Amino acid sequence: MKITVCIGSSCHIKGSRLVVEQLQYLIAENKLGDEIELGGTFCMGKCQQGVCVMVDDQLFSVSPETVREFFEKNVKPKFA
Amino acid sequence: MQKFDTKVQYLKYQVLREVARHAWDDTLMESVLDIPKTIAPGPAPTMRCCVYKERAILAERMKLAMGGGSSDNIIQVIDIACDDCPAVGYEVTSSCRGCLAHRCESACKRGAISFDHHHEAHIDKAKCVECGMCAKVCPYSAIVNRKRPCQAACKIKAISIKEDNCAQIDDEACIQCGACVYQCPFGAITDRSYLINVIDMLKRSCDNSRYKVYALVAPAIGSQMAYAKLGQVIAGIKKLGFHTVVEAALGADMVAQTESRELVEKGFLTSSCCPAFVRYVKTAFPALTAHISHNQSPMATLAKYIKGRDKDAKIVFIGPCTAKKAEAQLADVKPYVDAVITFEELQALFDSRDIELNALEEDVLDNASYFGRIFARSGGLSDAVVEALKEEHMDGFSVKACVCDGIEECRAALLRKSKEALDANFIEGMACVSGCIGGAGNLTHGEKNKAAVDRYGREAMEKTIADAVSVLR
Repeated sequence: MKITVCIGSSCHIKGSRLVVEQLQYLIAENKLGDEIELGGTFCMGKCQQGVCVMVDDQLFSVSPETVREFFEKNVKPKFA
Repeated sequence: MQKFDTKVQYLKYQVLREVARHAWDDTLMESVLDIPKTIAPGPAPTMRCCVYKERAILAERMKLAMGGGSSDNIIQVIDIACDDCPAVGYEVTSSCRGCLAHRCESACKRGAISFDHHHEAHIDKAKCVECGMCAKVCPYSAIVNRKRPCQAACKIKAISIKEDNCAQIDDEACIQCGACVYQCPFGAITDRSYLINVIDMLKRSCDNSRYKVYALVAPAIGSQMAYAKLGQVIAGIKKLGFHTVVEAALGADMVAQTESRELVEKGFLTSSCCPAFVRYVKTAFPALTAHISHNQSPMATLAKYIKGRDKDAKIVFIGPCTAKKAEAQLADVKPYVDAVITFEELQALFDSRDIELNALEEDVLDNASYFGRIFARSGGLSDAVVEALKEEHMDGFSVKACVCDGIEECRAALLRKSKEALDANFIEGMACVSGCIGGAGNLTHGEKNKAAVDRYGREAMEKTIADAVSVLR
């Protein structure tokens, strides 16, 4: 699985650094380091929906407060 | 608020704007011969002896604006625009009052000063070594140095005078800093432009659907286009058709981190951010080449990162620097940077599309830390290296930075280093005085620009280098 977090200016201001950090932590915690490729990209063109996170081809709107919820709901079940 | 420092910049801008306007409309080829007439409509001349000479010079400016020119060098002389300024060196003017003190005579170690029957001073050019001591001591400032502004600006002495009296650049020695471009009062020296390549790149991207065009903006932007808000400048760049705008200062954060590690490992380094400085070391002090940091510049480092994630990306660097245009052509940079334009050229681009920055809603720009952003001014790079060492807890290593503000100071430091007489372990080399904010491609150069860059630095959301680069892992 490929997770791409937008690190463009608009998402960065909305907290993409914290989203990246928490995702790194959650991936490690769930021992999914070999399954998930986490990357960044500058701007997905959907600045209003930031922080934009793409899981393979699906776009999600995540904030530093909702990362865990997003991960539990949209990432973890795929490896259950 | 005025957009430029000088009328020469304005003239150059008019040419760039008209070329850009026609390039957008695909009418450049059929309009090439008409553009000089739109800028110099005549019949009376406004700059030169006649309107035909004005137009002939404008045609030469257009060649360079369209990426052409008479050599491969970025910085080129437009021969017919050169006014063949006098270059006689020190001369006594009519302000000499024939005083009794004769300080000039006492100051001259070469005995080059004599006096006529009015007691007025004369300089014997056969004896004069142009030291300037006589001019310094004259209480009436009656002795002046008549030097060509281009030669005075070129501290590395790459400009000479041809037999026909026109200025000539030694392309081998030229470091592409552009100091002469900014200083020539007749606009006879100019930098070649890649503006139409950028327009072509934007058009062919079909609204960033075929590939994405990224603008990397240099941190000196914090001191430019002060007539609008920074957020409006960013909005304007996107309106031109760029996919997004990224701070080159984030590349500077990346460089600060790796360069500090390299410094600890090697014990002595010179910086590698300023392409004019790097070229100067390689051409004038080849023996010191091994000491140049192996890091690529912030521009190349960040461009490489982006292309590593988006292989079809096109990258345009927008900054204050003419030497970056040459850097982008180096074999190890070319794959990552597709074009370089200056802030001057960015202004021409905006106006070619009638984009009024003040009317735009503010967009945002925030990728880098305070330290990445202050790379734009002298001393900032050294501050960032010290900070990076602190953040990485390499406190045992103490940085002794020699901050070189302008190529003359770089030369002095390199000379001392080559004789092992330099009391420093890090040379921050910036070819332009004040750093990048003194670059030839800036629209304005002023006292307030350093404060403006520092302010822009403090506005960065990330306060540490480590935080700024952490998103890149």
